[in-house]
Amino acid sequence: MECVIGVVGRDFAVVAADTSAVQSILVHKTDEDKVMVLDSHKLMGASGEPGDRVQFTEFIQKNLHLYQFRNNIPLSTAATANFTRGELATALRKNPYSVNILLAGFDSDVGASMYYIDYIATFHKIEKGAFGYGSYFCLSLMDKLYRPDMSVEEAVDLVDKCIKEIQLRLVVAPQNFIVKIVDKDGAREYAKRAYTGDTPSEAATVTA
Amino acid sequence: MSLDSDRDRNAKRRWLPRAEPKGWTSLDLLAEQEAHLRPHKPKSLCGLSFLDSAFHSRHRTRRVQESRLQPRLLREPAAPAMSIFEYNGSAVVAMVGKNCFAIASDRRLGVQLQTIATDFKRVFKIHDKLYIGLSGLATDAQTLYQRLVFRHKLYQLREERDMKPQTFASLVSALLYEKRFGPYFCQPVIAGLGEDNEPFICTMDCIGAKELAKDFVVSGTASESLYGACESMYKPNMEPDELFETISQALLSSVDRDCLSGWGGYVLLVTPTEVQERVLKSRMD
Repeated sequence: MECVIGVVGRDFAVVAADTSAVQSILVHKTDEDKVMVLDSHKLMGASGEPGDRVQFTEFIQKNLHLYQFRNNIPLSTAATANFTRGELATALRKNPYSVNILLAGFDSDVGASMYYIDYIATFHKIEKGAFGYGSYFCLSLMDKLYRPDMSVEEAVDLVDKCIKEIQLRLVVAPQNFIVKIVDKDGAREYAKRAYTGDTPSEAATVTA
Repeated sequence: MSLDSDRDRNAKRRWLPRAEPKGWTSLDLLAEQEAHLRPHKPKSLCGLSFLDSAFHSRHRTRRVQESRLQPRLLREPAAPAMSIFEYNGSAVVAMVGKNCFAIASDRRLGVQLQTIATDFKRVFKIHDKLYIGLSGLATDAQTLYQRLVFRHKLYQLREERDMKPQTFASLVSALLYEKRFGPYFCQPVIAGLGEDNEPFICTMDCIGAKELAKDFVVSGTASESLYGACESMYKPNMEPDELFETISQALLSSVDRDCLSGWGGYVLLVTPTEVQERVLKSRMD
């Protein structure tokens, strides 16, 4: 139900997530922000159990801030991802969090990077990824259309195509999405996408 | 107190909201009661009953887990019941040659039937002449690798030398058996050059039962195919180039028959003087 999509382009990364807070058949709210800005240059898109998601992402954010207060430098994206993975792995056999995470960040020495961290703490660095039911529709679309040197417009266009596909083909598709971007200028919200419902959705055009 | 009212009480205590059909026979209700009395097999959130120890220790939360059954079905698609060892998919093989060894793995990282990445690392270096390949659950492979590197670095500080492969194999076995009743879901394949550059390979199951071999060892979801392929292709005392060819062919032909592993191969050939790493192109399916 909850979809998180992430794409890494040339010196930036885009993370998009749906903004619906759903419990069983009830939609509590349609503007729930699931992509947390961890610090100036990091984004964490999370999906899963709502309580765990909020608790865990805030926990990571506060620990990141603590590190910065103590050491006067921010933690790198790779270190953050490994820390997150470690927390999930430690909790796995005691009190598991059911949160799937796409962590994207920009470092001046490495550039943009994105990490896939499963709810059972499977850790992998990826260029494009998605979680949730939306991933069944998005991953192959991204395989076809992704290029490593995409510009911001192209990457957001790819994310838009994924969102369109989800809204066309997923039976209870989330209506609204939020798109955030992280690059050398920082992590910030880029756009919001809403399903207007006036015109029927068309499939994304893909030139072979 | 009649038996019927006992059964009704048990029936009301069921956690799942269910419309009970009228005309339940006593045998049906008895079966239901017995189902409650059987050892509870906890279901984790995606239908895998692997986190036994974690869930068993929190009986109070069973009710919470079961009552989330309805939303869980909406949340995740019902996947076919898979063993936890087949959750990510993997294939690892090691072979012995003449004063050299080769260790190879596939590169797929999947979540059941969905492929997440095609460049996942399963073979890790412990030191220049010792490598370990970890098949099975990817998260446990990563955790276990971190623990092993930690232990080996401590050993290096204390002993001022690298660990011998036989010693390392015993270490891995002990670490796995420590978790006998809540294991790491990995099957390691250890390959190294011992004293006098004598190649050493071994594998073990997820609780540390060591299995030494003189020719080849395999593990992972494609292990049965790998056994067959290696048995037919292996010859003793192969030179490094021939060993590389043999292990590559054995790996690729085996993972082609396994849907959960494949998507490329990674072969490491270690001789006393050099290490060759190669990535194999294969069928991407």
